[in-house]
Amino acid sequence: MAMLHIVNKSPFERNTLKSCLGHALAGDSVLLIEDAVIGAVSGSSVVAELQQAINGNSISIYALGPDLTARGVKLERVLEGIQVVDYAGFVDLTVANEKTQSWL
Amino acid sequence: MAKKFMYLNRKAPYGTVYALESLEVVLIAAAFEQEVSLAFLDDGVYQIAKGQNPKAVGMKNFSPTYNALGDYGITKLYVERESLAERGLSEEDLMPIVYEDEDDDYAEKPSVQVISRAEMAQIMAEQDVTFSF
Amino acid sequence: MKYTIMVNEGPYQHQSSDTALQFARAALEKGHEIFRVFFYHDGVNNGTRLAVPPKDDRMLQKEWSELAEKHGLDLVICIAAAQRRGLMDASEAKRQGLNADNIAAGFRISGLGQLIEGGIESDRTIVFGD
Repeated sequence: MAMLHIVNKSPFERNTLKSCLGHALAGDSVLLIEDAVIGAVSGSSVVAELQQAINGNSISIYALGPDLTARGVKLERVLEGIQVVDYAGFVDLTVANEKTQSWL
Repeated sequence: MAKKFMYLNRKAPYGTVYALESLEVVLIAAAFEQEVSLAFLDDGVYQIAKGQNPKAVGMKNFSPTYNALGDYGITKLYVERESLAERGLSEEDLMPIVYEDEDDDYAEKPSVQVISRAEMAQIMAEQDVTFSF
Repeated sequence: MKYTIMVNEGPYQHQSSDTALQFARAALEKGHEIFRVFFYHDGVNNGTRLAVPPKDDRMLQKEWSELAEKHGLDLVICIAAAQRRGLMDASEAKRQGLNADNIAAGFRISGLGQLIEGGIESDRTIVFGD
């Protein structure tokens, strides 16, 4: 009964990612899309929160590749442990998770 | 079989249209014989704050509509305690929204349930469909 | 898998319509069904046929219309949100005593019940917005 959480806000502008991670349960997945991918960059100040989610809370974190590329973020700059997916991968995540919740 | 629908409200009213138009969906949803609940977290807790008066900003006060939700059979309004506390608010700052329980001789009961973030996470996980605003 | 997609922001102002469109295309390519796309809030502006973006930009409204035609998609614009924002089909314009309509091909205007029905009928409901 896992859930896919979709976050589209930069963590430097809104508290959306923080709020999402505060509610995601073990086994859930979080997909960063649109401006949210800014938080996926290695060395950013939200890295610790993301690593805690991945390693401490067993949450899988994904980032939408086309949104990273659009913003000039090279895929090798993405934090280790975050999996990059394309739109087809986004669709697959909505299939693999029984529920979807957008954090707008 | 009825599905569980949650209306997730995370934005303050008046600054954007989301709170008002979310409420409009909820009123329609009531006619569909599904299990409906509303969640208020982050700035969304302000949607059911007491004493709203947007007259001077030129908008209509739609907050009384939340009091009518019980008549539509919508009786589950979950408010996150941590979101209130972060904003310096408590349950006393919220409208005392109630419903009449037809299974209990129409006794008035509170629709608002202030719950912890952990409880909110569990309730979210139980939903079939979540509409986010 | 059967999907309902909700689009809550207007074209160009926010990426949500683009993301929803790319998601819809990817889902269709994988053989999934899209039961309905429901446009709400400023998302109703995705359904105007009077937008004329610069030639070197994408034409979002047209792309939705074309995707709908190709795959028989049901693109529904919320009537309450549309009335606030001036999106009209011919019959609604007539009913309101207005002398113009502006809805694009492939879109139809209907009530919020269509969104709830989408949530009931679909395996997955995905919301794109701000």
